[in-house]
Amino acid sequence: MKDESTRDLLLAVDGVTVDYGGFKALDGFSMTLQRGETRVVIGPNGAGKSTLCDTIIGRVRPTEGAILFRGEDISALPEQLIVARGICRKFQAPGILPSLTVADNIGLAARRDRRWWRSLGFGIPAGEQAIVNDILEQVGLTARRATQAGLLAHGEKQWLEIGMVIATGAELILLDEPTAGMGPAETRRTAELIHSLGDSRTVLVIDHDMSFVEQLGATVTVMHQGRFLAQGDVQAIRNNAEVASVYLGHTA
Amino acid sequence: MSDPDPMILSAAGAAPGAAPLTAPLAARLAPVGKALPWLALGLAVAAPWLLSAYDLNLLARFMAMAILALGIVLIWGHGGILSLGHGVFFGLGGYALAIHMKLADLPQGEIPDFMQWSGRTALPWWWEPFSSPMFTLLAVLVLPALVAGLFCWAVFHRRVGGTYFALISQALALAFATLLVSQQDVTGGFNGLTQFSSLFGFGLTRPSVVQGLYWVTLAIVVAAYLGLRLLLASRFGMLLRAARDGENRLRFLGYSPTPVKVAAFALSALLAGMAGALFTLHAGVISPALVGVIPSIEMIVWVAIGGRYSFAGAILGTLLINIARDSISSAFPELWLYVMGALFILVVTLMPDGLAGAARNLIERARAR
Repeated sequence: MKDESTRDLLLAVDGVTVDYGGFKALDGFSMTLQRGETRVVIGPNGAGKSTLCDTIIGRVRPTEGAILFRGEDISALPEQLIVARGICRKFQAPGILPSLTVADNIGLAARRDRRWWRSLGFGIPAGEQAIVNDILEQVGLTARRATQAGLLAHGEKQWLEIGMVIATGAELILLDEPTAGMGPAETRRTAELIHSLGDSRTVLVIDHDMSFVEQLGATVTVMHQGRFLAQGDVQAIRNNAEVASVYLGHTA
Repeated sequence: MSDPDPMILSAAGAAPGAAPLTAPLAARLAPVGKALPWLALGLAVAAPWLLSAYDLNLLARFMAMAILALGIVLIWGHGGILSLGHGVFFGLGGYALAIHMKLADLPQGEIPDFMQWSGRTALPWWWEPFSSPMFTLLAVLVLPALVAGLFCWAVFHRRVGGTYFALISQALALAFATLLVSQQDVTGGFNGLTQFSSLFGFGLTRPSVVQGLYWVTLAIVVAAYLGLRLLLASRFGMLLRAARDGENRLRFLGYSPTPVKVAAFALSALLAGMAGALFTLHAGVISPALVGVIPSIEMIVWVAIGGRYSFAGAILGTLLINIARDSISSAFPELWLYVMGALFILVVTLMPDGLAGAARNLIERARAR
């Protein structure tokens, strides 16, 4: 598999079907991600976007097909081992830990040794403290570090969770509707945040907001009824008649 | 606000029946609030000189139960695990020590009287090792934790949680009590095990031994309190609260929540086992009626009333409820269950965080004014 052309291949979703008792949330879906790429996945409600994320992180198991990460099939691994390989996901509803402080939320994510008995100590180890400070700066929550996470505003919670996902050091980051519930200014900041990750991380973003998708300036993959529909830059997708008809409901 | 306890600690003593505080009064009362836990500890240490032998014995029993309540705060308040089966672990510790004390009282080659009445002629094999004090002490500590750990792991690794865990733990309590009653020839059946005269060679009727055991119990309460506070302040405490608030988030950050919950549950069972052993020592009896479904629920009620997030509140709740129970049920035996039920409903609806939570609100309001 590992010849010259696939050397930069990070993730391959290979003909994945997820069958919920007859309803196929994913139906023979395939896509690939190169190292350092940012990719946006769009599609009408029920297109299977969240199911795609669920399948990659091991929350849902494929009925058919495989998920290859760095060339290895991860579709049967337990969730925490998939994370350990370097994949982390931000959930649609902010998945923060409300009773911990902002800094502790990130500190927990930044831990490299996640075995439970290694938790019998105090504070965040010095090496990880530096990561925590960097991430807090990056997501603009330095001033809120000692605040209980549950008390943050909605947008801040979204950024905190993005920060947590980055802090895990994962090479592949899945962001499921990161701008849900955000105003235009907050959306712009989120796009800048994703840009600031640069080539060091591969990012898969799911979103509805076309202005956000434009700001990201990434390749767009369109899904429809669990299947691949189209792929291209934002302009090409905007001009694609098939995509337009799917969004307007004139499905063939 | 990672740990609300320091405030609760200073508030717990002042809470019940405290007059509404005004701002200057609140400021004047602050040092009193700080002094209260030390005052309470001082009174507890001095109790053998202040109380009659009868009352001291009651206090010692309730203190033993408070050790168990501390463990429930750990798993229920901070781990979100509701156990309706802690009577089992209390019972394992109690029976382990009771078997040892029964054996210690026997002349060479004899078997306990209840075994003779059931027609047995020899000790069951699993009684034998309990003649060793070392084995017994180990069993008191390890057996409940081991059983609890295995039970908890079996349930949580199948990702069963919440209400189902509570129901399964209650079934465990029912099964345990039923087993004890049905195996009369080796467990003493419904009457349980009673009439102990000595522990490790110390006569249990000697006043100095009674006082010493009270202090040992008190010391374990204090040690458990401090140790659990420390544990909650550690990264383990952070993980436990994280597992309570967002088990899935934790899992998708790369942690396995199950061992964290199992470790906390086993620790709480270890405390319950110690509580059971000390209770058996002070009460002179352990029986199925003390370890079944109803007592397991009562344990939850003590903690709910005291405040399930607060260690100090749980100690206070356990002492208050048991003192009330003792005085009410000696006068009106049928009344107690109604009183406890009514108290439980009142507390859950009006003060969801129990006495400790109400005290904290009161103090925060006084400070804010």
